[in-house]
Amino acid sequence: MTKTITIAHGNGGEENNELIKKVFYKHFENDILSKSEDAAVIENGKLAFTTDSFTVSPLFFPGGDIGKLAVCGTCNDLAMMGAKPKYMTCSVIIEEGFPTRDLEKIVKSMKKELEINGAIVVSGDTKVVPRGSVDKLFINTTGIGEIEYKGISASHLKDGMSIFVSRDVGTHGATIFAAREGIELESKLQTDCASLYPEVKKLIDSGIEIIALRDATRGGVSAVLNEWAKSSDVCIEVVEESIPVQEEVRGICEMLGFEAVDLANEGTYVLCVPKKDEAKALEVLQETHKTSTLIATVSEQYKGRVLLNSSWGTKRFLDLPTGELLPRIC
Amino acid sequence: MEELQLKNLYDNFRDGDTIKAFAKIIAEDAKKLQKPINIMEVCGGHTHTIMKFGLPQLLPKNVNFIHGPGCPVCIMPKERIDHAYVLSMQENVILVTLGDMIKVPGSNGSLQDARAKGADVRFVYSPMECIKIAQDNSDKTVIFFAIGFETTTPMTAVLVEQVIKSKISNILFHINHVTVPEVMVELIDSRDVHVDSYNNEIDAFLGPSHVSVIAGSKIYDKFPKDYGRPVVVTGFEPVDAMEGISMIVKQFVEKRCELEVQYKRVVNHDGNLKAQDLINTYFEKMSLFRWRGLGNVPDSGLKLKDEYEKYDAEKIYKSVLPIAEIEDHKLCICGDILRGMAKPQECTIFGTACKPTTPIGSCMVSSEGACAAYYKYGNLI
Repeated sequence: MTKTITIAHGNGGEENNELIKKVFYKHFENDILSKSEDAAVIENGKLAFTTDSFTVSPLFFPGGDIGKLAVCGTCNDLAMMGAKPKYMTCSVIIEEGFPTRDLEKIVKSMKKELEINGAIVVSGDTKVVPRGSVDKLFINTTGIGEIEYKGISASHLKDGMSIFVSRDVGTHGATIFAAREGIELESKLQTDCASLYPEVKKLIDSGIEIIALRDATRGGVSAVLNEWAKSSDVCIEVVEESIPVQEEVRGICEMLGFEAVDLANEGTYVLCVPKKDEAKALEVLQETHKTSTLIATVSEQYKGRVLLNSSWGTKRFLDLPTGELLPRIC
Repeated sequence: MEELQLKNLYDNFRDGDTIKAFAKIIAEDAKKLQKPINIMEVCGGHTHTIMKFGLPQLLPKNVNFIHGPGCPVCIMPKERIDHAYVLSMQENVILVTLGDMIKVPGSNGSLQDARAKGADVRFVYSPMECIKIAQDNSDKTVIFFAIGFETTTPMTAVLVEQVIKSKISNILFHINHVTVPEVMVELIDSRDVHVDSYNNEIDAFLGPSHVSVIAGSKIYDKFPKDYGRPVVVTGFEPVDAMEGISMIVKQFVEKRCELEVQYKRVVNHDGNLKAQDLINTYFEKMSLFRWRGLGNVPDSGLKLKDEYEKYDAEKIYKSVLPIAEIEDHKLCICGDILRGMAKPQECTIFGTACKPTTPIGSCMVSSEGACAAYYKYGNLI
């Protein structure tokens, strides 16, 4: 562990994992925490419990804002454990001088998203700090959900299973990059930020067997696949060409030297089902997003690794993104 | 007229069938080679393409790559990284640089660490963004820590020109621009301090296309003529790289030794004369620039001309900048790897003490370095 914390320690990738393991797990260790799922499963499998903080900049971006994100992020973590989001807390840290109008806009968009999930905010906290102590506004939300589908886990993947993405990947990350100051890019791109509980409900109701489910937030699809490969000690073989990426996202990636699979999503998840449910799963997924598709299968070739297969017959490992997401310069 | 989309610029150059077709041509031609050939891709961008698209898996055993020194952050000696660190820690300074530079550890840490300790370090996509930063922070000094080869030098030159013309008083420069042909000569011609020999295993060069977009293909004229090494100036998409490789193999089969351009869609012999003028207006050659892993390379670095020294952070902050040269670990064999005399796995600290998260030698520093690529792709290369 390095002596000081750097931005890379919050990247959702390797350094982030190191920080969590060497500082937090070390002192907080218990059976529930060490499962390291999207949300903790408590009360004998009845409830899912999770928390998340939101610091996105800019606060408003095409297709969403920090409020929408704060509800989606936490509710999605619950949904990914097969739970219906029920109760939430909302803590806000506001920088002195922040416009009240913007705050209300953010809270309104939280309310709208809560309604989609059928959840309510039951407790909250507000702190105002002197100018410069935070960047405008940070939000923390904690959520409790009722588990409707049991047994979803990152460590149950087995040889021959099928892996889908729920839609085209990388749009949130690309939208934020395009919206950031300093990059003068004109783009019609919108974040994928969305509440996923309704989609998960559809999957559950269709009767397919859900092995693993995870929203591909920080670290993108790469991080999800790598965590699954490690937790289940299997190889995940991805057909590189099959990964759906919007043209504009691809363009931004080309320009800045990113990989769409490393970019964050806020309304895109990865699903693993047994081979027998492959066709049914695709049908259900495509009812919501036409771009949803099968991207990978589970094998035992290189255990613990994610393998990308190209259309010209070459292979490479897809690793966890490391470091700060920076553009390549040559 | 249909709008030109970005994908038109790369789509066809990633076509699986075309890549396979080139692989077949190369395999056929390579059967006629009398001895194995080692092609050095000088540029880190090519190393990236070769690794990302898995091209070595498509090539016959007698066509090998030697990964060159062409990654501007990898070749930066530690004392210059320390310059960036020290400058960023000065009072009222905003240090601005490009991409990966922020991650490279110097002897006190990286710029990322400096930022964590309170320094104002920013990375930009275009040097011109310094102007806005300088305007927004008129009480501070913006130092642009300029890195890169011929490709990024004109952008820095444009910024220098703007700073002078618009009389902007709070932007300074720390110039670390380097040039490609000089280091190629060094790799062929120099004494390797580790093995005390002039040996190298480089048979041919894949020249980076973007460098020649600026500098022209003329910068490589001397390599076939004076050094007996063919050069093919090649684009960065996988189809480009495969075609470039096949052109090199053909030269050996047909016993030719020439300068050829695969990337004809943009590169010509003279290059971008306007950009070259701009560079020559503000910059001049340094007699020596120290390359990490290779040592001093004559005429390979640029600096601001003396008449612009009031913009030169290296001169203005001279008293605080460390001057002692810092060598890499004694066990590091990056110099041999860059000459093609050794492979990363032959290094005793490869993958143990030296890893991408804690690089000791230049080839491990960025994802474009040979050691980093071998570490990442392991048994798939």
